[in-house]
Amino acid sequence: MRLNFKKITPVIEWGSLLLSTGLVCFFLVVILYEIFSKGWSSLSWSFISELPTDGMTKGGVLSPIIGTVILTLITALFSIPFGVCCAIYLNEYAKNTWLTRTIRASIRNLSGVPSIIYGLFGLALFVQGLHLGTSLLSAGLTLGLLSLPYIITTTEEALLRIPASMREAALAVGATKFESIKDVVLPASLPGILTGVVLTLSRAAGETAPILFTGVAFYITDVSVNTSQEFMALPYHLYMLSTQHQSIEEVRPLAYGTALVLIMVVFLMNLTAFYIRYKYRKNDQ
Amino acid sequence: MTNNLYTKDLNIWFGSKHVLKGIDIEFPEKKVTALIGPSGCGKSTLLRSFNRMHDLVPDARIEGMVSIDGQNIYQKGISVTDIRKRIGMVFQKANPFPKSIQENIAYGLKLNNLDASPAVIQKALEEVYLWDEVKDDLKKPATRLSGGQQQRLCIARAVALRPDVILMDEPCSALDPISTLKIEELIHQLKDQYTIVIVTHNMQQAQRVADKTIFMYLGEVKEEGATIDIFNNPQHEITKNYINGHFG
Repeated sequence: MRLNFKKITPVIEWGSLLLSTGLVCFFLVVILYEIFSKGWSSLSWSFISELPTDGMTKGGVLSPIIGTVILTLITALFSIPFGVCCAIYLNEYAKNTWLTRTIRASIRNLSGVPSIIYGLFGLALFVQGLHLGTSLLSAGLTLGLLSLPYIITTTEEALLRIPASMREAALAVGATKFESIKDVVLPASLPGILTGVVLTLSRAAGETAPILFTGVAFYITDVSVNTSQEFMALPYHLYMLSTQHQSIEEVRPLAYGTALVLIMVVFLMNLTAFYIRYKYRKNDQ
Repeated sequence: MTNNLYTKDLNIWFGSKHVLKGIDIEFPEKKVTALIGPSGCGKSTLLRSFNRMHDLVPDARIEGMVSIDGQNIYQKGISVTDIRKRIGMVFQKANPFPKSIQENIAYGLKLNNLDASPAVIQKALEEVYLWDEVKDDLKKPATRLSGGQQQRLCIARAVALRPDVILMDEPCSALDPISTLKIEELIHQLKDQYTIVIVTHNMQQAQRVADKTIFMYLGEVKEEGATIDIFNNPQHEITKNYINGHFG
């Protein structure tokens, strides 16, 4: 009996790990299958190259695609420079005092704040406080705020992985502290930083709540790239097609198509990150 | 002037810990000096104080002076980068930059506004006997070299700046015996042109490479002299015990 138990235990251990992995993969496959099988039929060149027409019952998703792309660009332009610089300051320059530790802990906590709260904050600060109105710019800045804590945290972790000996090597040949960071530490940590940045941005691209009050529009009949105008975005378009539209059943294929396009946009971004990291790894090792 | 590097009553504290106590030593020019002593005796701390590496440590406090060519390197207003150009350093673990072999040498040259032409790079690599091994791979990442080659590249990087002094912090501790031998031969060649200070845990290595040996214990210099005297005729019991391997 005892012997039997000893034989069974590893099988249970192994089995439960496998089961968990299997379960996760199963749901992933189900979700992807569901979206692909139902969205594939509405996916075509015209679907991604045409504007939504006839009260969004026909046509494509060009304007939401463009909206999401520009929105993500604004988010990136705002959050990457500030986030990376902040992480560099915290990790390389700031002394380890209670103030630094408090700031760091606050940043970590901010990444746990629900995104709808960022939406409300963006409404108060950008839309009303700074009079930017409900616009691409307001929404992009709001998403930028949402992204900052993630970018700071992942960048700091990437910087932490660079050994002190690398910094000393640069100093020893006459680099100033800033030069050692710019020329040696940053290039060495770039793959890690980029991974964090892209994962954060692909998350931001799929957010609905923060843009809800800050600039996203229900339906616009033409493509607007003006940052002071309202815009359409893929996640909100999807939300709207699947819950708010007057003829939900009729537009369901369009909703699935939109979901598919959103997944593909995010996938493309991740692929870019993957490629950049691959290139850097090849150069470095 | 025969001594271009010396310390006078050098004291270093890390926080409240008094790590180096009243160090007064001289390093003969164009000779190899070995710093030996048990772990924690302060020999690496002393070595790193010579190119102001402790500037990075927030709670380090340094008193006294380290002088090169009559100039105190801790004097106010002195250029730290200039000091580090004149006093190069090779670290315990080879730490090439994540750049190409060629850029590893060129980087320091460019920072100091020196000529970084291929000829200069070639000369530096030849001096460490690395040129023949890497001449076709100059554009390849330095991290692809073997450990011993990486360490020689790091020496070339220091040599390229034409320093007066080269500091070596246990440069062979992570290397195999053959690579170690190559580095030791290299040190023999380099001392014609540079004053070399080497920290080592390896008694045989100290005897093979060093002209002068300094034995440190608990943050103080216990004994110093010609390597041959220190190893054959140590004056202190503790030195004798250490070099005979009774403690470490």
